Amino acid sequence: MTTSTSAEPTRRDFLYIATGAVAGVGAVATAWPLISQMNPDASTIAAGAPIDVDLSPITEGQAIKVFWRGKPIYIMNRTKKQIEEARAVNVASLPDPQTDQARVKEGHDQWLIVIGICTHLGCIPIAHEGNYDGFFCPCHGSQYDSSGRIRQGPAPANLPLPPYAFTADTKIKIG
Amino acid sequence: MSGPSSYQPQNAVLKWVERRLPIGGLIHSSFIVYPTPRNLNYWWTFGAILSFMLGVQILTGIILAMHYTPHADLAFKSVEGIMRDVNYGWLLRYLHSNGASMFFIAVYIHMFRGLYYGSYKEPREILWILGVIIYLLMMATGFMGYVLPWGQMSFWGATVITNLFSAIPYVGESIVTLLWGGYAVGNPTLNRFFSLHYLLPFVIAGVVVLHIWALHVAGQNNPAGVEPQTEKDTVPFTPYATIKDAFGISCFLLFYAWFLFYTPNFLGDPDNYIVANPGVTPAHIVPEWYYLPFYAILRSIPSKLGGVVAMFSAILVLAFLPWLDGAKARSSRYRPLSRQFFWIFVVVCLVLGWLGAQPPEGIYVVAGRILTAYYFFHFLILLPVLSRIETARPLPNSIADDVLGKAGKLKTAASALAIFGLAGLLLVGGTGTSRAEDAHSQPTPPSLKWSFAGPFGKYDQAQLQRGLKVYKEVCAACHSLNYIAFRNIADPGGPGYSEAQAAGLAGEYKVKDGPNDQGEMFERPGRPADYFPAPFPNEQAARAANGGAAPPDLSLMAKARGYERGFPQFVFDLFLQFQEKGPNYITALLQGYEDAPKGFTLPAGSNYNKFFSGHAIGMPNPLSDGQVTFDDGSPATVKQYATDVSAFLMWTAEPKLEARKRLGFQVMIFLLVLSVLLYFTKRRVWANAH
Ligand code: FES
Repeated sequence: MTTSTSAEPTRRDFLYIATGAVAGVGAVATAWPLISQMNPDASTIAAGAPIDVDLSPITEGQAIKVFWRGKPIYIMNRTKKQIEEARAVNVASLPDPQTDQARVKEGHDQWLIVIGICTHLGCIPIAHEGNYDGFFCPCHGSQYDSSGRIRQGPAPANLPLPPYAFTADTKIKIG
Repeated sequence: MSGPSSYQPQNAVLKWVERRLPIGGLIHSSFIVYPTPRNLNYWWTFGAILSFMLGVQILTGIILAMHYTPHADLAFKSVEGIMRDVNYGWLLRYLHSNGASMFFIAVYIHMFRGLYYGSYKEPREILWILGVIIYLLMMATGFMGYVLPWGQMSFWGATVITNLFSAIPYVGESIVTLLWGGYAVGNPTLNRFFSLHYLLPFVIAGVVVLHIWALHVAGQNNPAGVEPQTEKDTVPFTPYATIKDAFGISCFLLFYAWFLFYTPNFLGDPDNYIVANPGVTPAHIVPEWYYLPFYAILRSIPSKLGGVVAMFSAILVLAFLPWLDGAKARSSRYRPLSRQFFWIFVVVCLVLGWLGAQPPEGIYVVAGRILTAYYFFHFLILLPVLSRIETARPLPNSIADDVLGKAGKLKTAASALAIFGLAGLLLVGGTGTSRAEDAHSQPTPPSLKWSFAGPFGKYDQAQLQRGLKVYKEVCAACHSLNYIAFRNIADPGGPGYSEAQAAGLAGEYKVKDGPNDQGEMFERPGRPADYFPAPFPNEQAARAANGGAAPPDLSLMAKARGYERGFPQFVFDLFLQFQEKGPNYITALLQGYEDAPKGFTLPAGSNYNKFFSGHAIGMPNPLSDGQVTFDDGSPATVKQYATDVSAFLMWTAEPKLEARKRLGFQVMIFLLVLSVLLYFTKRRVWANAH
């Protein structure tokens, strides 16, 4: 509408430009709510609040799965053997080098808490399987060790750690 | 769209495409160089407004469907989730629900314009019939959309309308069962309505394409009703019609925004904020305003089959108009008699609409029958006869002549606009008057001053906090608040508590959860994400504890209650943005308890309340002075409690009110600026044409 009527396209026609600009601003502003509605709604956000987990029923060598924000979180009570294996590896040789100490909370060495989502394409690895006493992802064969670090297969990174803290010796708050 | 295109793309890519798919040429010839009669008035912009509204409805509808759940148990809740939790969900839903009304306002103006200017006459018969088909599709779509929120009116509207088909001899009952997919309106009905409500707009869009195609073959009609002959009679579609339509749409948006942001529930029925209940029918079942004239025709015929036939005939008769009206002159402007009968017909339709909202008794029935007869008389007898006996005034030789010789046209347009405006309000108000019957026994509660009234209204936080306290200490003993979560009390535009306070309040409640790893249900302290728990484990327990009547959920009470405002009050209500019927009513009800007057027989187990319809209410007086103590020193009186808790219930029903009014103000300012700019641009553009 701004160009089709002006005889000389070089003439600056303030009215046309102003009208076009205001209409354009309106169109952009209208798009905002139409796009914003796709974001998580208030009830979804509220449901993503931190959760408390009681660790006392988890015996040594056992792993449980809890859900936080729709994601599975593995809580593994590791055996002595698992911890030793995790700590014996040469960190530099790992695809995603990280020490076992950096992946657990100090003083709670037996508790491995990881987000159970394969860093390859998002499948859920199976606990206590694979060659490294850790996790095995059946989708494309990624293997994680007893510290949840990637050891073999196509996944590029270690299993991520969720934000969590010990609120008591046998209680954690995830989130 | 007719004839070879003059479109010559310069760009190599466009040239390549054009040789293979000449869509550029199609757009160019249809919307750029397409010749439009230069004498079109603003009644012609409603075509563009309708295309625009179809776009708005499809876009908002697609988005709402992303958040809506078409299940009998979840539909109502999901709609409330859209209103409360989805980002801008309230805006999208109000856009869509008010958009339907705007769509129908525009289509009625478009149709009456066609009637007045004879737009159905040769060679535009198919164009007109396609329009009738679009209108029928719109009616079906609008009806099915209204069912989706699964409120009381939705449910009973669906029941009543689908039962129309039971009037068909022999197979009626089977057809109704087929439509329902069950033995009553239920989940299968809702599912198929959702599917069809999503489908039909695209069918409409398809027929609209045919409609526009036919329009572009026959050419647009115009107020003079003579065909363009020379170049001087027309102007190219772009920029002339484009800019005029843009200005028309912008003005229409202002009108739309008023409803949307300031009186979003004015056109709806309060009963639809009560969740569908197959065991209770509302006092009056009223369709949405845009169906009222046909509803009146339906009820005027004292036979089930006859009524249905009459109602459908009232629409189908339109399709035969091109042959019923045989006059040579198209435009009623040159037909003095037809013009008068046209306006009589407009008034008849509007009064029929008003009658459709009245209870079917006494004078209303008689009037309905007379006007129904007139409706058909107009089409079947008057038009054919008139077209044979009337001599038209001399038509202008050409459109150019018409443009030069126009005088006093503005006056006609202005008066027509005024008639439409007033009449429209009458029709709209009819919805409110449908409760005339209740009004006999229910005095109008006094209207209070509310902080949230008016265009800049805000909730009084202290009042909401006091109201919450009254709810907690008194109402919560019987009533739930199912759509309010603890977190909501910390939401902006609410009682203004902090998140820690919301968490603290949640912690005071025990919430049932589970099953846990052992498969057992357990109780835990509430979290902010939990909803205010109901005082009874289930509806049966609530009934048992309250003498058989289940106390309703209070979350939507302030929107689900209304009372008769009457004419002309409801007209002012629209301009004053009055939407405080609910809280006024609740306040009055809570203070309306009295001893039954002499001669009034109070049914057993009920209490006398002067503001309750029928005066007999199951709920005993819940409030007494000194029952709740306020920390802020507000008086501990029933009046104070009633006002505070009503304001609080208004907030629970309309938690996004502040955001809505704030955004509304910005949008109104924006649209005003845009309309003014478009107006001047339009003048500038059209200056070349004169
Ligand atoms: S997703 Fe786990 S290996 Fe591919």
